Amino acid sequence: MSLLTNTYDVHKGEFETAGDASASIKRKLKQLGVDSAVLRRVAVASYEAELNLIIHSLGGQLTMEMNPEHIVLISKDVGPGIADIDKAMQEGFSTASEEARVLGFGAGMGLPNMRRNADGFAIESQPGIGTTIQMEFRLK
Amino acid sequence: MTIRELIPVLDARVLCGDDKLDQEVKTACGSDLMSDVLAFVKDKTVLITGLTNVHVMRTAEMLDIHCVVFARGKVPSEEILEEARELGIVVLATEHTTYTACGLMYVAGIRGTNERSGAHA
Ligand SMILES: Nc1ncnc2c1ncn2[C@@H]1O[C@H](COP(=O)(O)OP(=O)(O)OP(=O)(O)O)[C@@H](O)[C@H]1O
Ligand SMILES: [Mg+2]
Repeated sequence: MSLLTNTYDVHKGEFETAGDASASIKRKLKQLGVDSAVLRRVAVASYEAELNLIIHSLGGQLTMEMNPEHIVLISKDVGPGIADIDKAMQEGFSTASEEARVLGFGAGMGLPNMRRNADGFAIESQPGIGTTIQMEFRLK
Repeated sequence: MTIRELIPVLDARVLCGDDKLDQEVKTACGSDLMSDVLAFVKDKTVLITGLTNVHVMRTAEMLDIHCVVFARGKVPSEEILEEARELGIVVLATEHTTYTACGLMYVAGIRGTNERSGAHA
């Protein structure tokens, strides 16, 4: 049972508003008194997921759920999917556009960083269908 | 060391956050690559960068970075400073390059972190 669920639409290529969803998630959780170290890990993972939706996906949604034990972040998009997940999970692998690189992204650090920051991490992807990432953060 | 004490070390100017200069500085990170900043930064970090776009402030917000130093005389836009004010982030500017600014801070006793962030429990 989740006490709180928030879903944000994240659109392909919308760099100007990149970070709005994650900032909103961070502020909400802060108001709820979530410990600052946990909060930072959630914010970083959320921001990486949000950036990936903008940079790599055709569009998707970022969802944050909170229950007494956990915070759960789910990133779900409608494509293009990832052909080789093992490769995408390696530090340094990136297919980011020049536009993303100029802004300071595209080092191939995001997915491994999400996995490191979360207590639980699962990624599923199908080319042509989409990618879903679920991350869990323990509250106690 | 406090942010206030860092100002003479970097020959820096305060662009915003005058009222927040007494915060402690524990570590620092110098990079133009926000992806790397997101992967390395920890607590109470100062970010030294030559990149001046609004994503620098967004990245700082996620990581609780409390002070951003723009190096090699880069002047951020009013939009960026407005964002920093809203987020309560101190912004400094120095004529030194990122390399020199990092060196000056290192000599003054501020160390970086080689560990990935998020390593916990
Ligand atoms: N939602 C997604 N849809 C399709 N491909 C993706 C998605 N997320 C990641 N990828 C693929 O996985 C690669 C690695 O992602 P990762 O987040 O680790 O690095 P990056 O986004 O390229 O750079 P960084 O995160 O360091 O800015 C991407 O370059 C892209 O090819
Ligand atoms: Mg990424």
